[in-house]
Amino acid sequence: MKYFLKKLTGKLIEGTLFLSSTVTTLTIILIVFFLFREGLSLFKHSPIEDGFVVAINSQNTVKKITSPQIMDIFDQEITNWEMVGGKNDSIILFRIDNITDYYTEEQMGDTLQHIPKLLSRLVDSIPGIVAFIPASYAGADFKGRILELDNISLRKFLTDKEWYPTAQPAAQMGVLALISGTLWVSLGAILLALPLGLATAIYMAEIANEKTRRVLKPLIELLAGIPSVVYGFFGLVIIVPLIQQVFDLPVGETGLAGSIILAIMALPTIITISEDALRTTPRAMKEASLALGANKWQTISRVTVPYAASGISAAAILGMGRAIGETMAVLMVTGNAAVMPHTLLEPVRTIPATIAAELGEATQGGLHFKALFALGCILFIITMMVNLTVEYISAKRKYSKR
Amino acid sequence: MKTRIYIVALLFTATIITAAFAPAALILKIKGSDTVLPLSQKLAETYMKINTEAKITVMGGGSGVGIAAFLDGTTDIAMSSRKIKMSEKMKLQDAGKAYKETIIAYDALSVIVNPNNKVKQLTREQLEGIFTGKITNWKDVGGEDEKIVAYSRESSSGTYEFFKESVLANKNYGSAILMMPATGAIVQSVSQTKGAIGYIGFAYLEKTVHAMKVSYDKGATYIEPTIANAKNGTYPVVRPLYYYVLNKDAAKVKPFLDYILSADGQKVVGEVGYITVK
Repeated sequence: MKYFLKKLTGKLIEGTLFLSSTVTTLTIILIVFFLFREGLSLFKHSPIEDGFVVAINSQNTVKKITSPQIMDIFDQEITNWEMVGGKNDSIILFRIDNITDYYTEEQMGDTLQHIPKLLSRLVDSIPGIVAFIPASYAGADFKGRILELDNISLRKFLTDKEWYPTAQPAAQMGVLALISGTLWVSLGAILLALPLGLATAIYMAEIANEKTRRVLKPLIELLAGIPSVVYGFFGLVIIVPLIQQVFDLPVGETGLAGSIILAIMALPTIITISEDALRTTPRAMKEASLALGANKWQTISRVTVPYAASGISAAAILGMGRAIGETMAVLMVTGNAAVMPHTLLEPVRTIPATIAAELGEATQGGLHFKALFALGCILFIITMMVNLTVEYISAKRKYSKR
Repeated sequence: MKTRIYIVALLFTATIITAAFAPAALILKIKGSDTVLPLSQKLAETYMKINTEAKITVMGGGSGVGIAAFLDGTTDIAMSSRKIKMSEKMKLQDAGKAYKETIIAYDALSVIVNPNNKVKQLTREQLEGIFTGKITNWKDVGGEDEKIVAYSRESSSGTYEFFKESVLANKNYGSAILMMPATGAIVQSVSQTKGAIGYIGFAYLEKTVHAMKVSYDKGATYIEPTIANAKNGTYPVVRPLYYYVLNKDAAKVKPFLDYILSADGQKVVGEVGYITVK
């Protein structure tokens, strides 16, 4: 009986453990599935929001128009049909809210029932018009011609540099500037944090005495507990003006400010993990090195650090992971201008900051919403690639050691 | 000691009984614009202090969110920092819902620059040039040879939309414009950057930045951004803040709306930093 009970308890615990790991894995798979389902649905979509159309006069000779051209037309950069391959005629913009400029409330009818007829007449009477109107107003007897735009393609999404997700009528979804912004800031952060973090870790693991270590360690771990908003505010008030003065820039909100803040935030991770890795070096190996006549520094650089290499690269990757995904602190200090960065001393916009800043007002299921999910997919792919690289490198190291 | 406990218990039960048998309390839900949110919260608070039986919940989320909830019937009042759009009007029309629009206050935007900037006034056309990225140096608008650093709010903000409509004539912001997550961050950045320019609500003005005069008549008159000028209609960058109510809920909402438009309610409007209706 007792034996049976023991066996049952064992089975139960085993079952619970199995269940928890299954649930965790399933959750992760579900999140990834949801992310990609929402994100990929962007690519079957026209850049015009659902339920709206862009219409022109039926006599207009323009056949094909691109979405950036539509944006330039509505920004009044393109003011003549000749510039997009049509006749020499100036472009007249019409948004549905302009209808009150042409017709009175009475003409629209008290339940607005006459609007479709009025719009049809208006588009038919002005040869140079381009009208951005709800699709429900352009029914079967609509006299204008509806412009068809190409769907958003993956290639355009990844290579275009213009990010105007809320531009009306045609949204511009080019994420190249955002991707390079994210990579610039993260790369800068890791270049700053890795040498500093590694040096601190070596000092704490090998050189510092027990007393110093006992003070330093909790202090460094405290850094990890500060909320990122506090880092962001600190960055905006202290680091941003400092960068502006030191480099004599017109603006201090730059990629570098983001990198510095992220480097500070990644330090605790890098230091703690690499210090632990350095400490796992067997005493016998270090003593053997010292016995062979190597001094302390030679022992550290030739024995301890190479032995801990896989742990250190894991630390670097986890730090990088934090840098790539960090939102709030970066949102506050990098300026968030969606332009292609050429140096770290220019404002940049990162992917996480974009998602955080814009998701609030994006209509659920709308074009903008889907674009933000597609950005999430890109972020996921970047971090996954970084993780795989590390996996690969550390696996190779271990293999060659044997 | 014991009697005291009895008294407390008695009072407690009495409260519960009165609460249970009290006439149906006024329960209102308000949802929408984040610009109107602080004002609505303050108004609801003061109103509930006077009318203890009333219960008002205020939620943010943006003007669009409020009007969408209004369409679904999940809120009694939609607060909005912009006029209802033609497309939204259409949807209400299709659903056969008649509504009423009330202006509860005005909000004015001021264009701010660093106090050290020599340029103290700009026309709407110049502002449009700066924020669409056509004008990039202060010397083009009568200042020193200094790069212009323009700060805007993020696209999720109602202020962003209003500035785009009113100042940029519906054109898109230039891509090099810096986007800040909060109004406070714009004030901070403008105060520490020499070539900076930004826009904020009147309620957020501070001494560390300089509020510019603007002209909407191509430079004939420049108007100072003061509450008085906004009230008498000479200052141009002013927007009304709206409450939208369905006609079928009008009777239910009336006491609260009356309170807002009363002298007491408008006093609260002024205290929060907005411009009163009258």
